[in-house]
Amino acid sequence: MSIYQERILDHYKYPRNQGEIEKPDKKTAVHNPLCGDSIKMYAVFEKNKIKKISFIASGCVISKASASLLSEYAVKKSKEQLRKLDKAFIINMLGIELGPNRVKCALLALEALQKLLI
Amino acid sequence: MINVTKIKKDFPIFTFNPELIYLDSTATSLKPQLVIDKLNTYYQEYSANIYRGIYDISEKATEEFEKTREAVASFIHSYLSDEIIFTRNTTESINLIMYTLGDKIISKNDEIAVSIMEHHSNFVPWQVLAQRKSATLSIIDIDNNGQLVDISKTVTKKTKILSLTYISNVLGTINPIKKIIQQAKQINPEIIVIIDAAQAVPHIKVDVQDLNCDFLVFSSHKMLGPTGVGVLWGRKELLEHMNPFLYGGEMIETVSTKQTTYKTTPQKFEAGTPHIAGIIALREAIEYINAIGLKHIYLHEQTLVNYAIHFLEDSFKKKIQIFGPREMRSGIISFTLDKIHPHDIAQLLNDDHIAVRAGNHCAMPLHTRLHITASIRASFYLYNTTHDIDMLVKSLHKAIKIIG
Repeated sequence: MSIYQERILDHYKYPRNQGEIEKPDKKTAVHNPLCGDSIKMYAVFEKNKIKKISFIASGCVISKASASLLSEYAVKKSKEQLRKLDKAFIINMLGIELGPNRVKCALLALEALQKLLI
Repeated sequence: MINVTKIKKDFPIFTFNPELIYLDSTATSLKPQLVIDKLNTYYQEYSANIYRGIYDISEKATEEFEKTREAVASFIHSYLSDEIIFTRNTTESINLIMYTLGDKIISKNDEIAVSIMEHHSNFVPWQVLAQRKSATLSIIDIDNNGQLVDISKTVTKKTKILSLTYISNVLGTINPIKKIIQQAKQINPEIIVIIDAAQAVPHIKVDVQDLNCDFLVFSSHKMLGPTGVGVLWGRKELLEHMNPFLYGGEMIETVSTKQTTYKTTPQKFEAGTPHIAGIIALREAIEYINAIGLKHIYLHEQTLVNYAIHFLEDSFKKKIQIFGPREMRSGIISFTLDKIHPHDIAQLLNDDHIAVRAGNHCAMPLHTRLHITASIRASFYLYNTTHDIDMLVKSLHKAIKIIG
């Protein structure tokens, strides 16, 4: 089955939480030089939880959709909860089967999020 | 003319994957049954080590192995089969030259020249050597057509090594190598010229005598042969003065507890048991290519690449950007489409059983030069047809519809 399912394409074409937060508590940028995907991510925290999160991504459908879906999930979650997220979670979140090469695209957003939590 | 219907029957991959449209021969070619059988024959009938055994099957293996060396020599018009050294691949061939000859002749402030269109395998080794020796790596640029600019701006009297690709694995550009070598040797008669012919040997007649290069390297797996086999051709007088690359068995003459002496070329550079089956099967690939004829293969690819360029441009107009020259180009087309990430295109094409390459094709400096991070590459060989290209165009339309 194609990985370009409606839900994925919807997040690619109409990303949630896209854009820059003006005064974030934390911001980060990650880059995959091999395919040119890049994600900038911004967050505002309230106590230990993410209050607001946003991103700017350039790259493939998978990396953008993954950033959009992950940003939706991350809101109101605690740092501890989010630190536990792994590859299996991302694959499950996307709900598609990815080969070893495309998994890297999907994981770029997680890498950005983890850096925000440091 | 080439009879593709007949040719495709020689490639069992199409029996196992009847829908496969394989447009990635630049990465690796498919293998005909004859080549696969030859590998098996070695393992089944005479799988002994070469040189050492004084028994029939070892002698048979040695004979088959050396016959390939002769076939390779004759294929690229080398007078001496001693000038053919077997390696693992093109990358190893280039590293061999870098670690032996390069290390010896390059010193501080010397210059090494490559071009911006090199594959990483002909870029990184020289960059590393230049850094280690505090030498300069000079880079020949391309023009807007994707052709090399005049080398006299880059190659100087101080340039000790010029290492250049014959055909770009991204742009498809066929460089006027013979002319460039002439020019380089006029600038510096002592210059060592190395030609990366990985994309050339499978597709056009390569003649090392006519080119007047010093080294020429290529891989078996791009010319219908097995993976794990590379070739290094070098002038005997140069090879004789080079130190060994790897030390160990097979390459020695005498070993005492204090001292070791080495065999002459080519064995001096072939330490350890090589990929015997692969090398033997490479001869089968060469014979297969010879039977069809490089001239016919080249003409067939020209027909395909011209058809593809026109069809792609007619179909996608301004949405498509095709890189590389319109003339003197091999059967390789790299392009970007409608700002869609090449990985997404390749993935969607895969849904239609079309295999293309997406990424930077081991040529990051070139992609940076083209101001892109990645491209889609379709490449053609003797088993491709215009129907493959029709399917490619159809599938690209679909991709734009889905994510464009």
